[in-house]
Amino acid sequence: MNVTLREPRLDKPGQSHLGFVDCDVHPFFRTPADFDPYLSARWREHRQTIGNRSRQGLAKGSQYPRMSPGNGMRMDAWPTHGGPPGSDLRLMQEQLLDLFDVRYGLLAPLVGGAAAERNVEFGAAMAVAVNEWQCAEFCDPDPRLKASVQITLEHEGSALAEIEKRGGDRRFAQVNIPPRGLEPLGRHRYRKILAACAANGFPISLHLGGTSGHASTGGGWPSFYHEEHPSYVQSMQTLVTSLVCEGVFDEVPDLKVVMVEGGFAWLPALAWRLDKHWKRLRAEVPLKKAPSEYIREHFWVTTQPIEEPERASDMIPMIEWIGPERVMFSTDYPHWDQDDPRYAFKVKLPDEWARMIYRENALALYRLD
Amino acid sequence: MTVTQGAIDCDIHPAVPTTQALLPYMDEYWREHMLRRGLERDNFDMAAFPVNAPINARPDWKLERGPPGSDLAAMQLHVLEPMGTSLAICNVLHGAQVMMSEDLSAAMCRGINNWLAAEWLDRDPRLRASIVVPVHSGELAAEEIERMAGDRRFVQVLMLAMTELPLGRRQTWPIYRAAEKHGLPIGIHAGSSFRHPPSAGGWGSTYLEDYVSYAEGFAGALNSLLAEGVFQKFPELKVVLIESGVTWMPASMWRVNKTWRGVRSEVPWLNRLPSEIIRERVRMTAQPLDAPPDAASLEMVLEQLGSEDMLLFASDYPHWHYDGAEVLPVGVSAGLARKMMIDNPLATYSRLSPA
Repeated sequence: MNVTLREPRLDKPGQSHLGFVDCDVHPFFRTPADFDPYLSARWREHRQTIGNRSRQGLAKGSQYPRMSPGNGMRMDAWPTHGGPPGSDLRLMQEQLLDLFDVRYGLLAPLVGGAAAERNVEFGAAMAVAVNEWQCAEFCDPDPRLKASVQITLEHEGSALAEIEKRGGDRRFAQVNIPPRGLEPLGRHRYRKILAACAANGFPISLHLGGTSGHASTGGGWPSFYHEEHPSYVQSMQTLVTSLVCEGVFDEVPDLKVVMVEGGFAWLPALAWRLDKHWKRLRAEVPLKKAPSEYIREHFWVTTQPIEEPERASDMIPMIEWIGPERVMFSTDYPHWDQDDPRYAFKVKLPDEWARMIYRENALALYRLD
Repeated sequence: MTVTQGAIDCDIHPAVPTTQALLPYMDEYWREHMLRRGLERDNFDMAAFPVNAPINARPDWKLERGPPGSDLAAMQLHVLEPMGTSLAICNVLHGAQVMMSEDLSAAMCRGINNWLAAEWLDRDPRLRASIVVPVHSGELAAEEIERMAGDRRFVQVLMLAMTELPLGRRQTWPIYRAAEKHGLPIGIHAGSSFRHPPSAGGWGSTYLEDYVSYAEGFAGALNSLLAEGVFQKFPELKVVLIESGVTWMPASMWRVNKTWRGVRSEVPWLNRLPSEIIRERVRMTAQPLDAPPDAASLEMVLEQLGSEDMLLFASDYPHWHYDGAEVLPVGVSAGLARKMMIDNPLATYSRLSPA
């Protein structure tokens, strides 16, 4: 196959790199007190005295420290007047939204600790606070930014209420669910929540990361961030497998799943493996059709951190298998491994694919515009 | 003559018929220990491989009595004769490897290795075997390797992809030290001792989910061996991934290469591109091979693997991944078939060649 590699680098974004939809933008808080206006007196006191408690040995931060300050931030994204990267809307506009004339940015707030909180009532309160905070600090001042509904999966009542409440609110585009939960997402205990997301027109986004208390790999806790980073993909694979094998998509046919920051080149091989071995075990897993068919119908992927095949052209058949209509561009601003739309793909995409991947797929999925 | 005439089969699974069969091969203390506790009544199947699940028991390879793979005459009839096998490496999957008590685990593994030598290797000169070890004890596993290494029919050390600690951790290094010293590759077989759920995503519901997750387990194990510097610390050591499914590897290599470019200062001893190390030191058995059954898919995967030296022929008897004699994945050329069946196994397992 003859494939044209990218043209030489450009210093300024060319026309073709403007106006995309960014499916992974991270807002941060200046101080944890930023959430206090949205908490009741009881939970405000709890936050100040006890705080987040998840299933890990360190009280704060990551068990796998990143390689740059701020737990893996882009070095030039620190606001000059203080606060961490992502906490200053004006800098975010300057470095991302305005620079590339971003049409929409999907917020993935990895803040508040709601997903992993052991005290699920506190988690539920923090989820609501983060939802209010996203709107007040980011989406209302800059309507290009769309919020993701935070929920606490282990508190079904509050999760259902929050999904219902944000259902008609166009500032919210999707529901965020952590890929590392206590149990895989296909398990029956989560079905009502998934059904509520679909009923309210929300895709669910699985943004990689987090801690569930389970070891990062099936063989135990690795030593290094060098292993932790690729192990996120394994959790993502568990969720694809679980959602398909549990028959979720037969029960909730409108459910749409977006896998954020997990890469995607692994998806064809996972689907092949599922198809092949399902044939032997279909008495145990009586699906109506092959696993790969559910995957192609119900899953979307975002690009960052984009895989870099040794032969750049190998990217093409991967996208072909997943479907160019299912791949959506993302930067991961302001993380250290952020992708730049000018350089992310090492192979030239067909023009039609580029339009779909940078813009049209996300506009259609999230019913933007 | 079949296309596999003379092939070296790098993965067949003899099964322990009953625990009673092991008792004569255990020392007096442990034999009495087993009997006092009534352990001879349990068959200690590994949860990772339920013996009657269709994927683990090809219908025409089932036995009238005993678990599939437990009868040498049947194995000869089912695979060794019809495939024209020249040599075959026995990989026993047994709960002995994963017992919580490291001492009981070691005692049972000793029994299995003795039983393998007497009941299988002595009775068919085509058979070779992997040393079964207590995978959770580096120290006791290394002792067992030392005990068995004098018998050159044992050509490999058998581990599981998912155990208590990622395989690269220092606690496991005594195993690699002993294996390297005796020219034994480390064979990492699919499966888990289930000390942890298959990923941080938690425990699934079905065996299909578990089985599919074994490929992820290999990725985690391999990333651990790389990041901890095992390939640098033990420069002669080879690693064989057994029953891994194969096709997960290219995307996994791309991912670990990219991670390495970004964060290699965390692991400065990992001083080369991971994919280069993998191509030199890691081999994979080719059943199952998780790709659509067409030549184009296989061709793409092989090009992405970027090496014809990595794949090893395997029947995976008595597991059910193919029917009839379709043991070679669709699309394998005659040249690659020869490498998989003969050249690559001989290059991987020094003990398959005369001393």
